[in-house]
Amino acid sequence: MTTDTHADHLEYEEDDKGGSSDEHSAHLMTYVLGLALATLLTVASFWVAKTDLIYDPGIPMALATLAVAQMGIHLVFFLHLTTAPDNTNNILALAFGLLIVGLVIFGSVWIMAHLNHNMMPMPQLMQMQR
Amino acid sequence: MSSTDSFVTIADPYRLGHRGPNLARGHGGGGPASIRVIVGYGFWLFLLSDIIIFACLFATYAVLAPNTSGGPGARQIFDLDRVAWETACLLASSFFCGLATIAVAKRSQMLTQAALLITGLLGLAFILLEVSEFTALYRQGYGPTRSAFLTGFFTLVGCHGVHVTAGLLWLGTTMAQFFAKGFRPDIGRRFLCFSMFWHFLDVVWVAIFSLVYLVGTRL
Repeated sequence: MTTDTHADHLEYEEDDKGGSSDEHSAHLMTYVLGLALATLLTVASFWVAKTDLIYDPGIPMALATLAVAQMGIHLVFFLHLTTAPDNTNNILALAFGLLIVGLVIFGSVWIMAHLNHNMMPMPQLMQMQR
Repeated sequence: MSSTDSFVTIADPYRLGHRGPNLARGHGGGGPASIRVIVGYGFWLFLLSDIIIFACLFATYAVLAPNTSGGPGARQIFDLDRVAWETACLLASSFFCGLATIAVAKRSQMLTQAALLITGLLGLAFILLEVSEFTALYRQGYGPTRSAFLTGFFTLVGCHGVHVTAGLLWLGTTMAQFFAKGFRPDIGRRFLCFSMFWHFLDVVWVAIFSLVYLVGTRL
């Protein structure tokens, strides 16, 4: 691989340098491990959804936990999110994104549930509009 | 500037981003980060904004899901076997996309094209399964106009499907560019963005199959 400019040379220093076969097998192991863990968690999720062994109201929480765990596996093993210094910016952006996601989802569900609870029943509302 | 002098100026916030000794690149010393890191970061920000769009659709679905308007509920229309196959396709597709990353690092045209082809075929299988689900629902009269629940469902899952379809087009473009232009640095960066996009779609699908399909059948 020839690079013609200094900038190109720099960027191939990062993680994309053609690499040794040791590094390639290490990367391969990362993906295989990620696939194995993700498969395990997926199977667990489908098992939880079909089983009668778990207390029914606890099932959504169990599924949410498994989903979060699997998303974490994907972020670490497939998207290579790490705690290394060159990933600090990505982690901070992710934290901010998760804050917004949390506000949007929990805020919407919370407010709409309360509105729904406090709203006048539909027949009475219709009567008032006559 | 003497070496002790430059050592003192590192702590100066107005010198952040300038070259200094013994510090990580992109962190005030050692020069700016490489193009590859910056491109990856920019695309990461795009993915986070995309995930906020999905969060809005998830919130909409969560609010609307109980309102079936006399129509079918989640329990009646979700086929978990099909969802399991869709999940398997997308997860395997994500894995082969990872293998393609290794093949690109090895500069192997044949392995790259093979891994990307399998990635694309598995993604296509996912889309076909989803289309068959949607058309089956539509034929039964359970289209997006039937109830608020179905509107939210079709919007959320359909938006993910559109993303995967767009990803397939991007995948084809990437394969053609690797074939025609070789492993140029700029093509490599585009492929980096594509692989992030593809893994990200799998992350969104994890949320969909868990919180929409699996939770839906147990509520």
